[in-house]
Amino acid sequence: MTLAEVPLVLMLVGLAAYAVLGGADFGAAFWQLGARGERGADLREHAYRAMGPVWEANHVWLIFVLVVCWTAYPEAFASISSTLTVPLFVAAIGIIFRGTAYAIHAGTAREIERRTIDAVFSFSSILTPFALGTAVGAIASGRVPVGNAEGDLLTSWLNPTSLAVGTLAVATGAYLAAVYLAGDAARAGHDDLAGAFRLRALAAGVTTGAIALSGLVVVALDAKELRGDLFTWPAVGAVAASAVAGLATLELVRRGAFEPARYLAGAAVAAVIVGWAIAQRPEFLPGLTVEEAAADRTVLVATIGGVAVGAIVLIPSLAILFGLVLRGRFDRGPVEVEVQRHPRETERRWPLLTLAAIALVVGLPSLLVASGGLLQLVGVVALLAFIALGSIGLASDAVTATSRQPGE
Amino acid sequence: MTWLLAAAPFAPVDQEYLFEARQMQALSFAVHIPLVCFGIAFPAFVLFVEALWLRTGDPVYRTIAKRWSKVMLALFAVGVVTGTILSFELGLLWPNFMATFGDVFGLGFTLEAFSFFVEAIFIAIYVYGWERLSPRAHFLSGVPVAIAGFTGSLTVISVNAWMNSPSGFTLEGGRVTDVRPLEALFGNDFLWHEVIHMYVAAYIVAGFLTAAVYARLWLQGRRGRYERVALVVPLTVAALAAPVQIVVGDWAARTVAREQPTKLAAFEGLHQTEAGAPVHLGGWYDGEDVRYGIPLPRLLSLLAYHDPSARVEGLEEVPADERPPVNVVRIAFQTMVGIGVALAGVSAVYLFVWLRRRRLPRSPWFYRAVLVAGPLSVVALIAGWVTTEVGRQPWVVYGHMRTEEAVTGASGVPVGYATLVLVYAGLIAAVAWILRRLARAPVDIQPDEALRRR
Repeated sequence: MTLAEVPLVLMLVGLAAYAVLGGADFGAAFWQLGARGERGADLREHAYRAMGPVWEANHVWLIFVLVVCWTAYPEAFASISSTLTVPLFVAAIGIIFRGTAYAIHAGTAREIERRTIDAVFSFSSILTPFALGTAVGAIASGRVPVGNAEGDLLTSWLNPTSLAVGTLAVATGAYLAAVYLAGDAARAGHDDLAGAFRLRALAAGVTTGAIALSGLVVVALDAKELRGDLFTWPAVGAVAASAVAGLATLELVRRGAFEPARYLAGAAVAAVIVGWAIAQRPEFLPGLTVEEAAADRTVLVATIGGVAVGAIVLIPSLAILFGLVLRGRFDRGPVEVEVQRHPRETERRWPLLTLAAIALVVGLPSLLVASGGLLQLVGVVALLAFIALGSIGLASDAVTATSRQPGE
Repeated sequence: MTWLLAAAPFAPVDQEYLFEARQMQALSFAVHIPLVCFGIAFPAFVLFVEALWLRTGDPVYRTIAKRWSKVMLALFAVGVVTGTILSFELGLLWPNFMATFGDVFGLGFTLEAFSFFVEAIFIAIYVYGWERLSPRAHFLSGVPVAIAGFTGSLTVISVNAWMNSPSGFTLEGGRVTDVRPLEALFGNDFLWHEVIHMYVAAYIVAGFLTAAVYARLWLQGRRGRYERVALVVPLTVAALAAPVQIVVGDWAARTVAREQPTKLAAFEGLHQTEAGAPVHLGGWYDGEDVRYGIPLPRLLSLLAYHDPSARVEGLEEVPADERPPVNVVRIAFQTMVGIGVALAGVSAVYLFVWLRRRRLPRSPWFYRAVLVAGPLSVVALIAGWVTTEVGRQPWVVYGHMRTEEAVTGASGVPVGYATLVLVYAGLIAAVAWILRRLARAPVDIQPDEALRRR
């Protein structure tokens, strides 16, 4: 692997994370569609709740893939985004609908409102992965030429490979979601809900497998450059690994072993992406290899460095979030906590207000006079400190003072 | 090596709908940026109120913090999706900009993605963790959200600063070489004034908008402890931030005068270079002069250089095709400054009454002013961004690439634009709906006796 390929590997890791985590979120909405009656309401509510703490974080992976692409492979990115304008725009609209629908679900009071908002949510949750899948298919089948919107506006993403990958993306999401929701239900002790999702997982698993197999046939017939490499070692090894993992997941689900199934299902999806990447290598777009598409060495190093620094913060944060989720900390109802009551009146916050006043006196002339350098820094920091200290001091005072003046 | 192909701009395209593409980007930005203000400032308000609860045990604070958390989460979700389409549009609408310069400024967005990750993770832990985590752990989980609000705005605005003051690369015959991303983003002159100006603006917008909600309740006669605390916290922050913003704005104007003299000239509509240049309040620039405005002598020189007889470059210094749409810029600029001064005025009244008489103002006119200050601060926010973005035109990368050179060659832009308008109309309606629903939920302040450790 060369330096030029490292950001691409990072992108593929991000894409795999998005396909698994974000895909599961999309798929959860898929199951909300068919759910009817009281049991259906339980199902929908469970799906909605389960993704609550994680869905926003899960979708940042898409942004991550996008920004690394445009930083490290700017020309390729621009070619992709200009030719695939339609599916990418559609995906973005789906994302807006989806996010908004999820956000306003919290305000629904009546069943009709819930049904309407959930319908929008479900529809957009199918639209977006489908659209993104068609975009992936377009790149895989070499239909995105280098240049500013040089590819066909419609056939670049409305073609057999694109449609197959789009369908597979939706199916995979539904499958992952069913497995994860079964696991979440089992963990929370809702056994019959777990059973309902288990059945759906089995059905979805078989269907996804069938779609994947037919997808391979479509690719073999349609994507001429890709098929040569996809069906030879090592790409075919990754594809086979995906199939094996998929089958193993089905077996685990059948047995009700949802936790290991979670990880194996994710591995199956990741393996497909690995297989695609190996098969497409070294070509990014027709006539443009990854080496040729890559930016300057300085940029590649800076990007990798930036991601490394970010990862130091991100990985523990994700661990905290998923740790809390998977250990069921967000499942149970609120634990009532007692907080010591100190009904004392806080004395007027003189120290804080004095400091704030000093900060203002220092900061105001400094910033007005400075044109760069240390004085400007002093001015800015002092004025921000003025706002912060003044707010804390004044507002703390104001809220306690208001409690003593009932008639105003 | 690789640079030969990586940075070569694409062949020029003929885009019939350049105007629509511009409006799409502008619309997406205008919808997104008020939500960003809440993302930056609101967590600080919520954490402050939670801290008050932790210190005093008064259930009013907890009720406010929990109610505000729900609003925060809803607005954050909508902010995320509007931001997503905004970043998509950079590639969809301006591929040549991305192809040529994506590697120069991309690091800013790469870092922002991580900020964004942290914000999404911890806001979820914070909102879902109410009473599921220990009080101390819960409070601490909100802190990264507030920090990420700053780092996120720093990294994104570093890109805008770079667009206004490009550096960190060499342009040779239309090709970008010798890229130095860190210098480009963090070594440029515009970074700090832009970041601080936006960061303070976020507190002003979120502060006045939140305060406006409770000012309205006050005018309707709801003046209980809950409403008063909820009014006072955001209002105090906004009232301190608004006057400071004027000083920051002055800093911004001086930097623009130095580095983007054409933009500064457009703020006023100054056609001829002159010493001791005036500001015309109102009026209309007709290509040679500002007509019908009220002249304030020497004010432009004073603002731009702190010297009433300084020489200010006029629009005539550059060819006509390098000047921005002057009237748009000057109207936006004056709107922003006018509202900014008015907000500082409302702030001064509040602060004066508090410091002298240790109470809230009594006059309903004050509360009407706060009520109006909320939406007006959003108008000022957007006017400010119009000033700087339209003022940079015709450049997308100042002095190096024009917006018309950056645009996509794809067809169907008007369809995209129409779709987007409809989608945003729906989105705004949905946001209004959820905010009303959340506000209408009955205020339930649980007395202490109901709380006990399980």
